Amino acid sequence: MSGEVSGFLAGFLVAALPFLAAGFWLGRRTARPGRSLGGLGTPVEHATFQTLHTATLAAPPLRAGLTEETARRSAKRLRTLLGTDALCLTDHESVLVWEGVGEHHRAEIMERLAGPLESGRGEAFRLTCDILDCPVRWAVVAPLTVDDRVHGALVACAPLESAVLVRAAGEVARWVSVQLELADLDHSRTRLIEAEIKALRAQISPHFIFNSLAVIASFVRTDPERARELLLEFADFTRYSFRRHGDFTTLADELHAIDHYLALVRARFGDRLSVTLQIAPEVLPVTLPFLCLQPLVENAVKHGLEGRLDKSHISITAQDAGAEALVVIEDDGVGMDPEVLRRILSGETSPSGGIGLSNVDERLRQVYGDDHGLVIETAVGAGMKITARLPKYQPGVHPDGGIPRA
Amino acid sequence: MNENYTVPAVALVVVATVFVGAFGLRISRTTSDFYVASRTVGPRLNAAAISGEYLSAASFLGIAGLVLVQGPDMLWYPVGYTAGYLVLLLFVAAPLRRSGAYTLPDFAEARLASKTVRRLAGAFVVGVGWLYLLPQLQGAGLTLNVLTDAPQWLGGVIVAAVVAATVAAGGMRSITFVQAFQYWLKLTALLVPALFLVLAWQGDGAPRHAFDEPASFREQRVVRVDATLDLKLAEPLTVTVSGTIDGRRHDEKRIDLPVGTHRVERGTRLTFTEGDPVPVADRGSNGGMSTSLAEGREERPLYATYGLILATFLGTMGLPHVVVRFYTSPHGVAARRTTVVVLGLIGAFYLLPPVYGALGRLYAPELTLTGDADAAVLLLPDRMIGGLGGDLLGALVAGGAFAAFLSTASGLTLAVAGVLTQDVLPARGVRHFRLGTVLAMAVPLAASVLVGGLPVADAVGLAFAVSASSFCPLLVLGIWWRRLTPPGAAAGMLAGGGAALLAVAATMAGYPGTGAFHALLAWPALWSVPLGFLTMVLVSLATPSRVPAETPSILARFHLPEELVGGQPGAASKEIELWRR
Repeated sequence: MSGEVSGFLAGFLVAALPFLAAGFWLGRRTARPGRSLGGLGTPVEHATFQTLHTATLAAPPLRAGLTEETARRSAKRLRTLLGTDALCLTDHESVLVWEGVGEHHRAEIMERLAGPLESGRGEAFRLTCDILDCPVRWAVVAPLTVDDRVHGALVACAPLESAVLVRAAGEVARWVSVQLELADLDHSRTRLIEAEIKALRAQISPHFIFNSLAVIASFVRTDPERARELLLEFADFTRYSFRRHGDFTTLADELHAIDHYLALVRARFGDRLSVTLQIAPEVLPVTLPFLCLQPLVENAVKHGLEGRLDKSHISITAQDAGAEALVVIEDDGVGMDPEVLRRILSGETSPSGGIGLSNVDERLRQVYGDDHGLVIETAVGAGMKITARLPKYQPGVHPDGGIPRA
Repeated sequence: MNENYTVPAVALVVVATVFVGAFGLRISRTTSDFYVASRTVGPRLNAAAISGEYLSAASFLGIAGLVLVQGPDMLWYPVGYTAGYLVLLLFVAAPLRRSGAYTLPDFAEARLASKTVRRLAGAFVVGVGWLYLLPQLQGAGLTLNVLTDAPQWLGGVIVAAVVAATVAAGGMRSITFVQAFQYWLKLTALLVPALFLVLAWQGDGAPRHAFDEPASFREQRVVRVDATLDLKLAEPLTVTVSGTIDGRRHDEKRIDLPVGTHRVERGTRLTFTEGDPVPVADRGSNGGMSTSLAEGREERPLYATYGLILATFLGTMGLPHVVVRFYTSPHGVAARRTTVVVLGLIGAFYLLPPVYGALGRLYAPELTLTGDADAAVLLLPDRMIGGLGGDLLGALVAGGAFAAFLSTASGLTLAVAGVLTQDVLPARGVRHFRLGTVLAMAVPLAASVLVGGLPVADAVGLAFAVSASSFCPLLVLGIWWRRLTPPGAAAGMLAGGGAALLAVAATMAGYPGTGAFHALLAWPALWSVPLGFLTMVLVSLATPSRVPAETPSILARFHLPEELVGGQPGAASKEIELWRR
């Protein structure tokens, strides 16, 4: 019967799917080392490659800094690199990890480390041991330094004293130090971005505050009710901008802040500014970095009204695009020379207002990865269209959370 | 059926869906309604959207077909489909929303911080999505076939093309309004004809023997057998035959068939007289839609019922298109309220298909024979009312049926395509969502052309079983158990979901097992769900060192109301108002 045959075929296909997936995964798993080692020339080249490969594998954990966890994950590869019987990584207080034999020397090593950790110079010393057939008799200490400060030490243990080991340990320690310096750099970059967010927060421009208050003042006598409303808008907006907790907010909250902001701007410019809003309601709960759309709107307002007396139009669109939300902010103002814009985004120049754009771009890249930066289409006199793609879910990103550490 | 009315009705539904999808954004031109435009989706709108997406071909056509063929036992289907949301409400809704996850793989990653578990969850989302899409396309094929005599595959191709085109072209810019619209359309399309049908039934003297065994013909009826089938007779039957029975040709001859099984060749016309019992078609030779698993159910009725209950109760929470909709709720409490409204909306809807099923038993019992029982909902208006009224009501029902295929299929396609582009296809700059969409639709379409045998509601039941055995353990343990580990979750999903998937594959392949073993494969939930839970718990307990370090803070975030975690924004006005008083 054709029905049964086709039914069987379909069932077979369904059953085969998991196996195909498993095979794919297995293939990828096993293919990697085979491909990387095959086709290499002389034994020396091979050995060089092997060493470099081991070093590369040991690097990623250390990029997160020197902790028990990262030390544990890298120690094995470091020992392979040095080819010793035992290797340990320490910080100032204790042994973080002991890889290999002779772990009973932990306490002794820590005692003898005080000198090298203080001076920052490497040394080799004989280990005292009661066990007759203890495999490690000598320890080579190489300090790990970051910016000339000692963070810890790498200790390699061997049965005999050897000048080669001393040199090698020194080199490996220097290499580890470089990784730790990179970790330090990562850390300071995150801190810098945090500081930038704080700076942007503090930065709702003094002009804006001054202008808003002046506008409100102008209404106080003629239209006290309007003045009161504007003051409330102002209060809501500043409250949002100055809030302390969390680095993220939802699109709905950000749009409300933009609403307050626009109310104040409109009080000043009246009919000259019109705004269209198109929102797909399902993207409103999307989480995004705090104050990352308001600067774009502020930018659009500035560009739209700059140097012209007639009307200006801004449109804000947020639509659903699968696992992402697509936010587009468009104005019909003076636009910008793309070359100037490129310089602003790469941080070379920062004309008035430019810091907002590059800061938002930077933060989006930091949080969502480099393919989620701002996309800006503009030319002189042709207005400006800014597109931001916000993933609906990103690990570690939620309204009350801090910036995820990479 | 009159094509002059049904084809425009179906076309209208398609056009309306595309239109609402493309232009259903909230737009504000004046500044005063800025607030309205940026207001989050309320529980009622979102609940209508969830219901619209959820009520699929299985609900719209399948349940009535099953009730027609199998009687009131099949009411467990609507009960299960509804009660799934009760479980969702109690255990999952609010924490899932608070996790910030958009899809199930997102949830796996948010809870367990493991890329591997994420990929595995993605694979199961694709599997469940495809299994669920398959009956939608089959249902569309059946509907169009019954209404216009188009070939079986055409309806599926139309639905697949419309959905893939709108989704891939970015036409579903605001799916919430589309789905909410579809819910009300579906409800109307079943409710209005049902009222008229009930009136017609009243006018007919309100016969009450709907569930008498066996069903019998109420008037003389000619039945044309479209596919060769085996008739099983429990008592002798006298029938007028024009065609071939048991290898002998008859021409408008009245013959007596003794007790036993008789082979009726395709193209044969059987004329039954009033009061004749409706014979039952045998499984295996019957290419129809509503009977293939029936035997298993007859042999193990209690087991099958429990299997069904477990699958539908626990499977709802793992349906990819349902989970995605909860993201639209602004916070956990709203997600819970939404679920309560969903329970009401779906409960109201599910009162209707059984009415059609019962009326179908009275007025179209021969559908049991020809294997088109799923078409009962479509045929009844014509059969009971007839004339222009019947045609118009039939067109309304047909439109509603297409709304059911379109809404569920588009929701599923979006969910599956999202997972495919994010986790399976290689990312290249702007991710190729379109390729993912086409892929998400092409596989079930191919399968629906290849497989033609499963009843719609049963096929959906299998998707539920896989979901219940893989995602239910992941969600429930992930939310309520702090010792869950990534290896445990992966092993549990593989063991439970994988076993259910294999059982499903065996069932769909027509595995010739009989008796208890066949029932075990046809209704896997009863053993595969506990298997999934048990594996997840045991493997997690065996790998205590792999508990993610952040578990306590993650669980705190899942369970604490948002106001406790973060402050309420935009409260300045309120505060100042208070202060003024």
